[in-house]
Amino acid sequence: MSELPDTSRPAIAHGLRLQWEPAQEAHVLLYPEGMVKLNGSAGAIMSRCDGARTIADIVADLERSYGLTGLAADVRAFVALALQKRWLELRE
Amino acid sequence: MSSAPQTGPRLETSPRVGPPLWLLLELTYRCPLHCVFCYNPTDFARTGAELATADWLRVLREARALGAVQLGLSGGEPLVREDLEEIVAEAHALGFYVNLITSGVGLTRTRIAALKAAGLDHIQLSFQDSTREMNDFLSSTRTFELKAQVAALIREYGYPMVLNVVLHRLNIDHVGAILDMAEAFGAQYVELANTQYYGWAWLNREELLPSRAQLERAEATTQRFRERVGGRMRIYFVVPDYFETRPKPCMNGLGSVFLAIAPDGTAMPCHAARMLPGLDLPSVQASDIRSIWCDSAAFNRFRGEAWMKEPCRSCPERSKDFGGCRCQAYLLTGDPDNTDPVCDLSPQHALVTEAVARAERTERPVARTGEHVLIFRDHRTSIPVVPGERTGRR
Repeated sequence: MSELPDTSRPAIAHGLRLQWEPAQEAHVLLYPEGMVKLNGSAGAIMSRCDGARTIADIVADLERSYGLTGLAADVRAFVALALQKRWLELRE
Repeated sequence: MSSAPQTGPRLETSPRVGPPLWLLLELTYRCPLHCVFCYNPTDFARTGAELATADWLRVLREARALGAVQLGLSGGEPLVREDLEEIVAEAHALGFYVNLITSGVGLTRTRIAALKAAGLDHIQLSFQDSTREMNDFLSSTRTFELKAQVAALIREYGYPMVLNVVLHRLNIDHVGAILDMAEAFGAQYVELANTQYYGWAWLNREELLPSRAQLERAEATTQRFRERVGGRMRIYFVVPDYFETRPKPCMNGLGSVFLAIAPDGTAMPCHAARMLPGLDLPSVQASDIRSIWCDSAAFNRFRGEAWMKEPCRSCPERSKDFGGCRCQAYLLTGDPDNTDPVCDLSPQHALVTEAVARAERTERPVARTGEHVLIFRDHRTSIPVVPGERTGRR
């Protein structure tokens, strides 16, 4: 994932919406005529992708929130996957 | 009628039944088009008065409280409802992702601006074909140029451009031109949806079912196009299930995730369920959504596996395809509990293969469509559907 700099700012892709659904007890990503129910870690990452925070900020925030370290590789891998699926887009 | 809170969903889901994640409101059966493949009931002219605005808003609140989150606004043509903007605004405020499924007729600049302001998330625009002649013939109207203008408006207002084209033997050979048209309109998603044989499409099945050769050519053309455009466009090619050997997992099983409300307030576990005999469909005018979804006999009728007959009952794939489509089982065999005859394990699979074989024998040039007896969706031609084998009618 070397092509994904720490300074990139991922955001939910245009036309998609992320929201917490109490009935499903999950974050869901809504898009034209479809939706994806996200697991806990995907929801935690995606909900921080606001186009303002950099990947480094997101990693730091997650590590702080969950009292963990060494999340950078997992976060970057997920962001890369979500970009490929066009769930996310980058704001420079 | 219990009234759900206006802000934020409240959890009311019964533990044994999941939420109706997908809510489809068929706001009206009125439509300026007369498409020969429309899935609306063939006796739509007999249905009662359309729900009032306040009823639709109540349906939205009650369904959202149960966990509904994807909303389709359809019809008929939903734009003929003058309260569409009000319905969209309420849905958006409740947290629905709001999809408008439209022919584009009536989508003026004024209305798209108002819908955008109300929070509409997405517009799916239907096209009947790539050429003005065929589009207008198949919808029995003059709408092609209008649709092209609407496509431009949709892009101008920042919506993803999603085109839906229903395929059948009269237009499937134009699939290359259809994709070129979609590219020219800047479409990001194209649904090439082969006709499913319900409603008006059922009446016209002999004229609409393509030959296998047509289908294979169309798939090859679509694949070449995909390779050329790469990631710029996503193209979904929905194969007509008559050509499959296993049935589609229709609606993920009736009463699982999908809830449709007809213009008169009839609640249905699928858009076509109105035709099923013995299914006493509840109305939102008499019951709230929670009791309809969780407790009504109609919505529990096909939940689980107890209703299944052989060969489904003992089939290892029954939890994957749920026996296929109940409406198709009824239309083809006269019994909605039978295995969908698309499945080659069905003792009545020949009903499907014979229809496909007839489509092979009668391959003919599209230019001669004027000779075919197509029934256009219209008030004058609106009649109840009759199950059973449909043979040639020309």
